[in-house]
Amino acid sequence: MDLWQFLFLLADAVPSAIRLTVPLLFAALAGLFAERSGVFDIGLEGKMLAAAFAAAAVAHVTLSPLAGLACAIVVSVLLALLHGFASITHRGNQIVSGVAINFIASGLTATLAIAWFKKGPQTPQLPGEARFGEIAWPFPDLTGDLPVIGWLMSRVLFGHNVLTYVAFLAVPLTWWIIYRTRFGLRLRAVGENPAAVDTAGVSVAFLRYRALVCTGVLCGFAGTYLSIAQSSLFVQDMTAGKGYIALAALIFAKWRPVPVMFACLLFGFLDAVSIRMQGMPVPLIGEVPAQVFMALPYVLTVILLAGFIGKAIPPKAGGVPYTKER
Amino acid sequence: MMRIVIGAALAVFLAAGQALAVDVKPAVVYGTGGKFDKSFNEAAYTGAEKFKAETGIDYRDFEPTNDTQGEQALRNFASRGFNPVVGVSFAWTTAIEKVAKEFPDTKFYLIDSVVQMPNVRSVVFKEEEGSFLVGLLAGMKSQTKKVGFVGGMDIPLIHKFECGYAQGAKAADASVEIFQNMVGSTDAAWNDPVRAGELTQAQFDQGADVIYAAAGASGLGVLQKAADAKKFSIGVDSNQNYLHPGSVLTSMVKRVDVAVYSAFKDTMDDKFEAGVVALGLADGGVDWALDEHNAPAVTAEMKEAVEKAKAEIIDGTVMVHDYMKDNACPF
Repeated sequence: MDLWQFLFLLADAVPSAIRLTVPLLFAALAGLFAERSGVFDIGLEGKMLAAAFAAAAVAHVTLSPLAGLACAIVVSVLLALLHGFASITHRGNQIVSGVAINFIASGLTATLAIAWFKKGPQTPQLPGEARFGEIAWPFPDLTGDLPVIGWLMSRVLFGHNVLTYVAFLAVPLTWWIIYRTRFGLRLRAVGENPAAVDTAGVSVAFLRYRALVCTGVLCGFAGTYLSIAQSSLFVQDMTAGKGYIALAALIFAKWRPVPVMFACLLFGFLDAVSIRMQGMPVPLIGEVPAQVFMALPYVLTVILLAGFIGKAIPPKAGGVPYTKER
Repeated sequence: MMRIVIGAALAVFLAAGQALAVDVKPAVVYGTGGKFDKSFNEAAYTGAEKFKAETGIDYRDFEPTNDTQGEQALRNFASRGFNPVVGVSFAWTTAIEKVAKEFPDTKFYLIDSVVQMPNVRSVVFKEEEGSFLVGLLAGMKSQTKKVGFVGGMDIPLIHKFECGYAQGAKAADASVEIFQNMVGSTDAAWNDPVRAGELTQAQFDQGADVIYAAAGASGLGVLQKAADAKKFSIGVDSNQNYLHPGSVLTSMVKRVDVAVYSAFKDTMDDKFEAGVVALGLADGGVDWALDEHNAPAVTAEMKEAVEKAKAEIIDGTVMVHDYMKDNACPF
C-alpha cells in the first residue's frame, strides 16, 4: 500500500470514527458531571447498558424511537440516583457502588430480555421506523462531486444520525453549564472543596444528586444511540467496555468538556483505523497487528497518568463522601 | 388356551419392545450465544424440539452465559442420569473430555469439535463445502467483483468458513477480490453487532457489495448494515434469509438440528457409535438456503451453477480446501 492509499483509508475512517465517537462522547460527558461534583462513577457502563436495553425494548413495543429514548433516560437516571443513594446519602464507597451497578445492569438486562421476548438475551430486531435514522440534508447532493469539499460535506459534516448532532451539541452546552452558570460554579466547587460550599449554605448532597441526574440523562442518550441508532437491537453486554474507555477519555482530557470531545474523537478514530487496518500494511512500517491500534487509547491513558503528557489532576474531593464536621 | 397363547405372545412382544428402545433422558447444553441466536444454537434447539414432537420424550436444556458454566452444566446433567448429553459448541471440547471420563456409562455428543473417547461421538461439519457454494453465489452476484467476509472470533474454525468462501468466489470468477475481517479475538466477538457493522461498512467502503457473516449474534449487525446500505449479505448456520428479505442473498445452513435430532434418536434406538463423523454436502449436513425471501435475488443461472458445483463436490470432482488440515488458505 502506498502513502496515497493509506491517506484515503484514513479519510474513509473519519465517518466511521464519528459514529464510534458518539457513545463515548455522551458517556464521557456524563462522567464529567459526576466526577466534577466529586462522585466517581465507574458505573457509566452499566447505565449505558440498561439504557440500551430500555430503548430497544420500548422502541420494539411502541415503534417510537422517542419513547425509547425517554424510557432509556428514565432508567439511566434511576440507576444514577441509586448510585447517589448509596454513595452520597449513605456515604458508601463510590467505586463499589459503581461496580455493583455494572453487575446489576449486565445481569438484569439479559434476564429481562429472556423473560420478556423469549429470544435469548437480546431484543427483537427493530424495523426502520422504530430507530433513529440519518437526517437527509440537501447540501451533500449539491457538493457531492467536488473532491475535498464533497467528502467533507457528505461524509463528515452531514449524513449522520440525529443523535450524533445531539452528542456534539452537548459539548458546548456542557461547557456553558460547567463554566458559565451558578449551578456549574457550585458543581465545580463541591468537587474541589465541599466544606466551603457547605459553609456558604448550599447543600452538598442536593448538588451532587443534581449532577448525577445530568449523568443519568447523558448515559441514557449513550445507550439509546448504541441499541436503536447505531444498531437495531439490544444484545447482551453490547456496551463492550465503552463506559471504561469513556472514563479513560475523561481522565485523558483532564475533566474538561472540550478536550473530552477531542479525546473521544481520538479514541473513536483509533478504533475506526484499527477496524480498517486489519491485515493491511502501514507505509514505511509494514504490517501492524490491529490490536496495537485497539490498545492505543489505554496506552495513552497510562502514559498520561504516569505524568508524561502534562499531569492529570482529578477533582480534589473526588471519591470522598462528604461528612459534615462534628 | 387361545387366550393364554395370545397373552404369552404379547408378553414376549412387550419385553422385546422394551429391550429395543433404550430409556432416554436427553439433555442439551447450548453454546454461549444463547438458545435463540437465530443461528447456530437456535438450530440445535429446533432439532431437540423436533425429537420432542415426534417421540413425546421431553428433554432438558441449559444456556450457559459464560465459558465456565458449560462444564458444570454437562456434569450436572450426567450426574442426574441424563443420557445422552449433547454439548453444542466447540467451546465445550475440554469440558466434555473431563466429564466423559467421570461418567463412562453416559453417552456424550459433541457438536463442532472432536474428542476421541469410547463414550463420545463427535459431530463436525464440512463448513468449507457449504461456504464454497455461498462464495460461488457471492462471486456471481457481485457487480464490483469484490466480496467480503466478517468472522466472529479469530479461530481456525472460522478461517475454515472463510477459506471455502474464498475458493467459491474465485471459482465464480478468478478476478474476484476477497476482504476478510474478524470481529475480535475473545468471546465478546460473538456478541458485538456494532463492531461487526463497522467492519461491514469498512468493506463496503472498499467496494465490496456482498458480505458473508460467520459471527454468531454479531452477524446480525452485518445483515442490518447490508440492508441499510442496500447491498447483499449472506447468513450463516440457520436459514437467516427471512431477517431482511431481498438483502440476504442466501444462508450457509449448517444442519445442527439434524445432528442434535439424530443424537437423541440414535441413543433411543441403541445405535450409539463413538468416533468422529463429518457431515458435508453429501450427507445434507451443510447446504445453501433458497426460499421465497431470497428467490428474487438468485437468478436461474446462479442456481444452476450452484447445483452443478454441489454435484461436483459430492462426486469428488471439485475438492474444497479444508483450512483446519494445514492451517493455511491458498486462496
